[in-house]
Amino acid sequence: MTKILIENGRIIDPANKIDDIGSLCIADGKILQVLNPPADFTPDLTIDAKDRIVCPGFIDLSARLREPGHSHKGSIKSETKAALSAGVTSLCLPPDTKPCIDSPAVVEYIKDKAEAAEYRQIHSIGALTQRLDGTELSSMFALKQAGCIAVSNAHAPLGNLLILRRAMEYASSHGLLLMYRANEAALSGKGCAHEGAMASQYGLPGIPVAAESIALAQALELAQLTGCRIHISQISCKQSVIKIQQAKKYGLNVTADAAIHQLLLSENDVLPFDSHYHVIPPFRSEEDGHYLREGLSNGTIDAICSDHQPHDLDAKLGAFPETEPGVSALETLLPLTLELTTLHRIGLGKALASLTQNPAAILGLQAGALTPGFNADVCIFDPTLQWEVNEQSWHSAGHNTPYWRQNLIGKVTHTLQGGRLLYKFRNR
Amino acid sequence: MHRHLQLTEQGKLKHFLSIEGLDKGLLTEILDTAESFAGISEHQVKKVPLLRGKTIVNLFFENSTRTRTTFELAATRLSADVLNINIATSATSKGESLLDTIRNLEAMHVDMFVVRHALSGAAHFIAQHTAPHISVINAGDGQHAHPTQAMLDMFTIRQHKKQFEGLKVAIVGDILHSRVARSQILALNTLGVAEVRVIAPKTLLPAHVRSMGVIPLHDMDEGLSDVDVIIMLRLQKERMNSAFLPSESEFFKCYGLTEAKLLRAKPNAIVMHPGPINRGVEIASSVADGPQSVILEQVSNGIAVRMAVMTMTLGHHGGAA
Repeated sequence: MTKILIENGRIIDPANKIDDIGSLCIADGKILQVLNPPADFTPDLTIDAKDRIVCPGFIDLSARLREPGHSHKGSIKSETKAALSAGVTSLCLPPDTKPCIDSPAVVEYIKDKAEAAEYRQIHSIGALTQRLDGTELSSMFALKQAGCIAVSNAHAPLGNLLILRRAMEYASSHGLLLMYRANEAALSGKGCAHEGAMASQYGLPGIPVAAESIALAQALELAQLTGCRIHISQISCKQSVIKIQQAKKYGLNVTADAAIHQLLLSENDVLPFDSHYHVIPPFRSEEDGHYLREGLSNGTIDAICSDHQPHDLDAKLGAFPETEPGVSALETLLPLTLELTTLHRIGLGKALASLTQNPAAILGLQAGALTPGFNADVCIFDPTLQWEVNEQSWHSAGHNTPYWRQNLIGKVTHTLQGGRLLYKFRNR
Repeated sequence: MHRHLQLTEQGKLKHFLSIEGLDKGLLTEILDTAESFAGISEHQVKKVPLLRGKTIVNLFFENSTRTRTTFELAATRLSADVLNINIATSATSKGESLLDTIRNLEAMHVDMFVVRHALSGAAHFIAQHTAPHISVINAGDGQHAHPTQAMLDMFTIRQHKKQFEGLKVAIVGDILHSRVARSQILALNTLGVAEVRVIAPKTLLPAHVRSMGVIPLHDMDEGLSDVDVIIMLRLQKERMNSAFLPSESEFFKCYGLTEAKLLRAKPNAIVMHPGPINRGVEIASSVADGPQSVILEQVSNGIAVRMAVMTMTLGHHGGAA
């Protein structure tokens, strides 16, 4: 039985309303005691967390690991290493792998790879439709039995609204959460940037906010009709925030997340033709960003995710419209969340809840809290440590981030998953 | 951003990718330099030795006989060696092939790339990845920029109007897809015109066109009222009946430049068009060939302006005499 004592840290556990200096005791992979260690507790390992924050390990609702199928961009091994260095102890893998997650065999493959990488909390999201082709429902029950935590169509469009309705009905029949990426494909077309001033000026094909908000409105209507529990993934604009707020107000069982970079960057931050700023949904207007942050602050947006999408070098080499969208985002998740708390006055407890307690609730996981008896998934971070985003500090195989060579503040120093110390920061 | 990439530390032109970031002084210098080249075409020997020994590659990923020809002529008149490379490519081609092409040509010790590409930002990308001694001129990238076309338009306007201050300019047609219009708008505003109007149905205007420093209008009579310069844009016929416009005839009725509509402009207004023109679609033949048309002068001026840009970009590292 391994006993770990984390002492002198500022323990923040939003789920249990704890924010205090003290110790955290771990025994046999579980949380044993918070704040006051038992008198007879003799640790095998002691971690001094003085001047650091100790909180539940982060739960990421969307992180691409690029396996199976895109191993030139990353692997389960490389990206889970990045996750651990970012304090992420559980993550959801969207179904758009290759082959996509539409059969138990693929789920098993991912489990095996996760086991080999010693990262045991990858939650596969099953494909909503077979081959993600948007026409035939996947075997959702079999996927659930194999371990899928939810179903989603990722970025792939659905053939029509009837298929979405049927998918919702079927998913809810099996108690499955539907994670929905709102995008009306006909309106977003071949767009690669927010349909705003920047795209107008630089002649980039634009994606209007209506491409998201119209699809979102339709999905909410159908969720109302079908009673399906729906989670809206990676919203990006004011209209989406307003629609989700209204839906929640009138009692719909809906939750939502936003990617951390969407909460902080706008079209005004995009360096012209720099493909590291090519993301989908695109960086929206300042006003949209303001509404997203307001939404996070008032609880309309439940969770922050990384929307981690590592790429190989070639994917980002080319004229902006032909490059592949996405940011390698796991390792900037914490410092950017801290930036939200300092620059945009979102409380640290609220911000950490959106990375821990809330995603756990969305997924129905017994995690995201330092509750005695829970798996000891713990993140310890130094909120003042400044570090440069560069090859030495980076673990992900994808170097595609707009923050490359920039200094960020806030660094994870220790990550424990199930009571195992799997990451310890070494200033390389 | 563009200023940083386009200019040397001394503020001289290194690449010519966009009008963005270039100040009035530099644009005027381009026009003045072009002025000095304008007479060469009239000489018996239409050549100067300014770029002798230099190799210029016309790298066209998108077809354009007219633009390529004027760049070729400009380079030839500067005594440079010219290599024309047309690369049929799809919009989805990978960046590696673009880079590989560039790297291969670099290995042949060329001095300049004149680049046309179907995607916005392609010339910018090439400029970022070429060897330091190579200059890049953007000959049109996607819907982004066509700066030499804009400068030859400015040259033509200056010839006729002498100065930019106080001028009212109307740009008519497919602004949404037009790299020429984007560059013209930047150039006109930088050079200090009083007003730039863009006239088109909403389907052919960028959603946030006002942020570009123009007045959007949907009515020709209102838009052409009292203007000094009318720039008609080519309407790509494939845009007809594809949810942008209902028909050629309706577009011509609303936005085609006819003699009657021209009467709304100032009596001495000039009519421009970057070509090739679609007669009876965006402009009536009587106007295109009429006394106020300067369309063919634009073509002639294109050579002088491109000579100016070539010498200025190559000049800072010993190209010019």
